[in-house]
Amino acid sequence: MTVYQALFEPFQEFAFMRRALVASLALALGGAPLGVLLTLRRMSLIGDAMSHAVLPGVAVAFIYFGLSLPALSLGGFAAGVAVVLLAGLVARHTELREDASLTAAYLLALALGVLLISRSGSQLDLLHILFGNVLGVNAPGLLLVAGIASVTLLLGALLYRGLLLEIFDPDFLGAVGGRRGVYQQGFLLLVVLNLVGAFQTLGTLMAVGIMMLPAVSARLWHDTLPAQLLNSACQAVLAGVGGLLWSFHADLPSGPAIILCAGALYLLSLTVAPRGWLPRLWRRPHLRG
Amino acid sequence: MSEALVSLHNVTLAYRRHPAVHHVSGTLARGSLTAVVGPNGAGKSTLLKGILGQLPAQEGKVMLHLPASCIAYLPQQSALERQFPITVLDAVLLGAWTRRGLLGGIAHGERERALTALGEVGLSGFAARPVGTLSVGQFQRVLFARLMMQDAELILLDEPFNAIDARTTADLLALVHRWHAAGRTVLAVLHDHQQVRAHFPSTLLLARRLIAWGDSAEVLSAAHLQAAQDMIEAWDDHARPCAPELAA
Repeated sequence: MTVYQALFEPFQEFAFMRRALVASLALALGGAPLGVLLTLRRMSLIGDAMSHAVLPGVAVAFIYFGLSLPALSLGGFAAGVAVVLLAGLVARHTELREDASLTAAYLLALALGVLLISRSGSQLDLLHILFGNVLGVNAPGLLLVAGIASVTLLLGALLYRGLLLEIFDPDFLGAVGGRRGVYQQGFLLLVVLNLVGAFQTLGTLMAVGIMMLPAVSARLWHDTLPAQLLNSACQAVLAGVGGLLWSFHADLPSGPAIILCAGALYLLSLTVAPRGWLPRLWRRPHLRG
Repeated sequence: MSEALVSLHNVTLAYRRHPAVHHVSGTLARGSLTAVVGPNGAGKSTLLKGILGQLPAQEGKVMLHLPASCIAYLPQQSALERQFPITVLDAVLLGAWTRRGLLGGIAHGERERALTALGEVGLSGFAARPVGTLSVGQFQRVLFARLMMQDAELILLDEPFNAIDARTTADLLALVHRWHAAGRTVLAVLHDHQQVRAHFPSTLLLARRLIAWGDSAEVLSAAHLQAAQDMIEAWDDHARPCAPELAA
């Protein structure tokens, strides 16, 4: 197999591979930077929680409209927004912290979602919703994913200073008159939006992977936020391309292949990145001397 | 000189309807350098939050004779993320938020000011360092530099020298004196009475209620301090909410 056959031919020959490529690039550009901000908020697991929170909305949409992408997306987004707003409300008016109230809300949402789907659809439908299928992305699906990535990057750039300060020093932001709730909730809404965009391609469970794995490994490479954001997007793009090619040649499901590629990059970062394991070993003799 | 910047009229502040500061009246003069002193649990931090408006007065009134945006506040413990991937210079520049807000560009002038502020707190050459590499004392210097970027008329400090090394404390105290000399008003919660006597002309002694407010040497008399201690020890936390005539 030549390099051309290995790397380019699949995309040149097959339209579904091209669409899958564009979809995973869009997901990578929008999702991974959000993942970095999530890890900085010490909310790495919240992405997981939010991806479950989307489920009951998807289920209700599925019951009424079948496997229609716009309906499923809208349903998922509505459910995610409801959970974010509810959790924000609970956090502001009770002693519970944001993560605790989010956890409570998403667990309820997940149980409700599984109940609804299992009552009405077959197990196969459930599997499709949970694990997605990047190779089945159609034109409206592409528009959705690309649109969400654009909105995420534009809003992220617009709110950048506030998002940053809300994580770095929330008390200071409050003291200088910045509205913490706006940034907090706006950020979580962007997360929901990206998870909804990702669920058709990767499924609700895998969507978090492309958001969090590149983000976690990017933090091992750089000291400043812009560099980490850029690095995470690059790693996610690499994982997307690599995963698609791997799944094509080895005839594997594409979603898990993409996530495993991101995982491989994570392992690589853990060992060779400046904050990883090997450089630490290297530095030791220097310190002794 | 004695023009009032903040006046307190019979102010009572409470958490969850449980009063923490009772019936405080007095005025903070423009350009004054005042220490807030009192035993643990006396309501010192609460009083600062009351002045900031973060805690609305349950009774009485806090009157500010300056816009709220002209107050800078350094809380005692904040939910600050010390490992955040941000450089020292950027952290200081965030102090310009009051002027630049979310979208305003950071002009060359702001950058110059931030670098000057860093120099004044003794951190010139640290601009490009990530804040995660700083010691506790250096981090406090960064927060002081950020305070300077806010260019505030009234500066509230809540135990700014707690757990800070002696050298840093001395440097930052000198900085506070420079702010005072430049006409800014500073109100700082402090524990070290020696430090207060040496550096702060006026003192507010608090023990749930106001014990004394005025010249530091007079306020920090043995009799006053004993009265404050007695007041806190005799305090009954389960008393009826805010009975006006508490037997102290």
